[in-house]
Amino acid sequence: MDQLINYILHLADSNLILTQRNAAWCGHGPILEQDIAITNITLDLIGQSRNFYQYAAKLINETSGKEETEDSLAYLRTEREFKNLLLAEQENGDWAQTIARQFFYSLYQYFLYEKLQHSKDEQLAAIAAKSLKEVTYHVNWSSEWMIRLGDGTTESKERLTNAVATLWPYTGEMFLPANYESAMIAEGIAVDVIELKNDWIKKVTSFFEEATIALPENGFMQTGGKNGVHTEKLGYILSDLQYLQRTYPNATW
Amino acid sequence: MVVENNIIIEALWVLLEQVPDPEIPVLSILDLGIVRDVQMHGEQIEIIITPTYSGCPAMDAISMDIRLKLIENGFKDVKITSILSPAWTTDWMTQEGKIKLKKYGIAPPKMSGNSSDSSPVCPQCSSADTKLLSQFGSTACKALYQCNDCKEPFDYFKCH
Repeated sequence: MDQLINYILHLADSNLILTQRNAAWCGHGPILEQDIAITNITLDLIGQSRNFYQYAAKLINETSGKEETEDSLAYLRTEREFKNLLLAEQENGDWAQTIARQFFYSLYQYFLYEKLQHSKDEQLAAIAAKSLKEVTYHVNWSSEWMIRLGDGTTESKERLTNAVATLWPYTGEMFLPANYESAMIAEGIAVDVIELKNDWIKKVTSFFEEATIALPENGFMQTGGKNGVHTEKLGYILSDLQYLQRTYPNATW
Repeated sequence: MVVENNIIIEALWVLLEQVPDPEIPVLSILDLGIVRDVQMHGEQIEIIITPTYSGCPAMDAISMDIRLKLIENGFKDVKITSILSPAWTTDWMTQEGKIKLKKYGIAPPKMSGNSSDSSPVCPQCSSADTKLLSQFGSTACKALYQCNDCKEPFDYFKCH
């Protein structure tokens, strides 16, 4: 049961941390329509993560007698307990870096949920089927921006190329299962992410061709996020995200 | 007893018809197709709803509005259950709901399957010559379009 809970938390955490990052664009988007677009995507992501956290809380409480809630899981766990992908915690940078991060993540989510909707775990399957519709839209939006920036001006191309170079080392982790994940794959509950890699690379390659930018050489890949070993950036994110509940415990609206 | 329950359940559906969507008040939650079932367990009423979008902030308000509407009408023990499967689709929106949307100035969603190629029809002048301004509009469920004939910008309720 612990392994299932860890797997659900991993799915929830990646969404939550990317939500926190994207939310910083609210009111600062390059133009109004795109400000609305990134925040709408972010709203979908937080909704999906709420579904995962609520499910995790239910399982934790049923097995341990604790009283976790979606809020306690988001606000009161420490950095080493977060199992989000390292990609999600990388900085917003400029618009190109935010777009590239969203594109890599949305495309991964798309292939992941496409399989997860057939999970033996009914609740995970339901969340995935629901989320897949939303993620399809995110892929469309972010891939169009990849093409626009890559095949745009010299300036936009340079920025996108830099963004891809910065983020690429954090993409490998998506396709390396953590131990809890492997255990759940064996039970037909989790998606075998190793099998997603080819489809993901293929799709990235075709969009990169259209965006006239080069695929980075396969280099060293950072790992650790799924097991709670993060880049230094997560601590800063959590100190913002959790500030209120840490400073004023049990504060409510 | 069964007959009596059926009468109560019918009355409940009539009450639910009066609960508006908080973002698009011209639509009832029945028009939207988010009420999946109404059940009675002894004294307890269970209303089963399904969210439109995972992060739609209107869902919490809708749960509260359903509860208040039923309490106002004497149903004290109300349980609202949210289920995710099968996932909500705009195909569940009623025909009447789509007509109300158009009158309100929002282009209604097309049926899924014949959606992606053609642009929505302008809710103001009914021209089919419209263009996409942004895939995301004022709420998660809408996109922003403009009519090439009457030049009015309008919201399109996305096919989902």
